[in-house]
Amino acid sequence: MSGLSNFYRSAVGKKALMAVSGIVLFGFVLVHMLGNLKLYQGPEKLNAYAEWLREVGSPVLPHSGLLWIARFVLLAAVGIHILAATQLTLRNWQARPQKYKQREVLEATYASRTMRWGGVIIGLYVIYHLAHLTWGRPWVHSDFIPGDVYHNVVSGFQIWWVSGIYIVAQVALGFHLYHGLWSMFQSLGWWNSSNPQDWRRRFAQVFAWIITLGNLSFPLAVLTGLVK
Amino acid sequence: MRLTLHVWRQKNHDAQGRFVTYSMADASPAMSFLELLDVLNEQLTERGEEPIAFEHDCREGICGSCGVMINGRAHGPEKGTATCQLHMRKFKDGEVIRVEPWRSKAFPVIKDLVVDRAPFDKIVQAGGFISVNAGGAPEANLIPIPKPTAEKAMDAAECIGCGACVAQCPNGAAQLFTAAKVSHLALLPQGQPERTRRVQKMVDEMESYFGSCTNFQECEAVCPKGISIEFIARMNRDYLRGSI
Ligand code: HEM
Ligand code: FES
Repeated sequence: MSGLSNFYRSAVGKKALMAVSGIVLFGFVLVHMLGNLKLYQGPEKLNAYAEWLREVGSPVLPHSGLLWIARFVLLAAVGIHILAATQLTLRNWQARPQKYKQREVLEATYASRTMRWGGVIIGLYVIYHLAHLTWGRPWVHSDFIPGDVYHNVVSGFQIWWVSGIYIVAQVALGFHLYHGLWSMFQSLGWWNSSNPQDWRRRFAQVFAWIITLGNLSFPLAVLTGLVK
Repeated sequence: MRLTLHVWRQKNHDAQGRFVTYSMADASPAMSFLELLDVLNEQLTERGEEPIAFEHDCREGICGSCGVMINGRAHGPEKGTATCQLHMRKFKDGEVIRVEPWRSKAFPVIKDLVVDRAPFDKIVQAGGFISVNAGGAPEANLIPIPKPTAEKAMDAAECIGCGACVAQCPNGAAQLFTAAKVSHLALLPQGQPERTRRVQKMVDEMESYFGSCTNFQECEAVCPKGISIEFIARMNRDYLRGSI
């Protein structure tokens, strides 16, 4: 136990846990995006998929059992990720009490410089998103029908500023994923070269684009009337 | 060359510092940056003012003593070059140059541009060595080491400990320095017995002074020896392997 608490006390250990929890969240956003593509197959398919998520694993597990396990794992990952990020950020902010009058940014990407506030935006968005399409709170979704996922998504996104919130959040997530996925290799000690075109950067670019474009397509498809 | 310099002046650690502006009418493009400061100091001395304190020793880019922020870059505008090897031909006539000391909680200013880099020594003291009684120099070919491994170890061993990595890092992290010092031993057979203990002690020591890495890659960009952040990944791996 003391080994584990020492490990967590170190910044290198915290970063490793951020990387592992980040992989869990990355896996989630990838599968979540792929699942949502059923929007393009119409109401029956999408609603059946949502129902399947609740039934998968039964009868071994109770109804919604696997879903709750997944939710628990995700909640733990979010908790670890945010806790470590906050602690590291506070520590790093103390490392230079006297700021430079002038400091150029040389290699640091836009994505790397927006991890902290980008993370906060994503966190707030996740709460909004759950209230909007999972819990269907009337103060965020005035036309929510439990179980009719297709209807809830389409009627939600038809309001332009709701789609706007989703679009901004997906762009923020795309940047976060780009730097996060690349960082994860570094934090876990996987390298082959620091050439900017190496496979770690490629991997991060490809998956950040796939997830961002996939997620952006949903509000855009509704706004343009492609999906109604 | 005509130049305007805004230089950080600070009497001692406790004093309030400020930028003082100096104009130089007679700088030569052939001067190194430190020679420019030498000439300015001559003029200050003649005027009866206190010369600017800055650190230097070899002036050959190998000792790691020199180093200041020049227009917001550690060691100035030329890549892979320590301040002592930077020449004024890299600047334009009439340019305004801001000179600032390294800024980090772990590197307090002693005077003007001189900072105390003792925490780097503390990190090395925590484990950057091999605990054997050395005796006489052993026969060089007694332990065969593959050429690529030897080269990699030398890439890490190039670190001169100047502190530019900490100075440029937005987090004030010392990961590149520590990773270089960890890796040049971890790559060689002589470094194996203490490999895990070494990385843990050195990382723990590092973290008691400095911020931590978020992979901005600013350190690599200013390192006068071009040390790669690949060594940071190596250090992380060794640290994790030892903890799990
Ligand atoms: C869907 C949600 C999210 C995903 C998929 C995700 C993914 C990742 C990944 C893979 C990393 C790399 C870990 C490493 O450094 O090795 C990372 C880093 C990070 N994340 Fe997240 N994250 C998410 C949400 C958040 C939230 C809500 C916050 C903060 C409130 C946050 C803040 C950070 C910070 C500060 C870093 C470190 C960045 C750095 O080292 O430069 N993330 N994220
Ligand atoms: S004075 Fe020795 S490296 Fe610059």
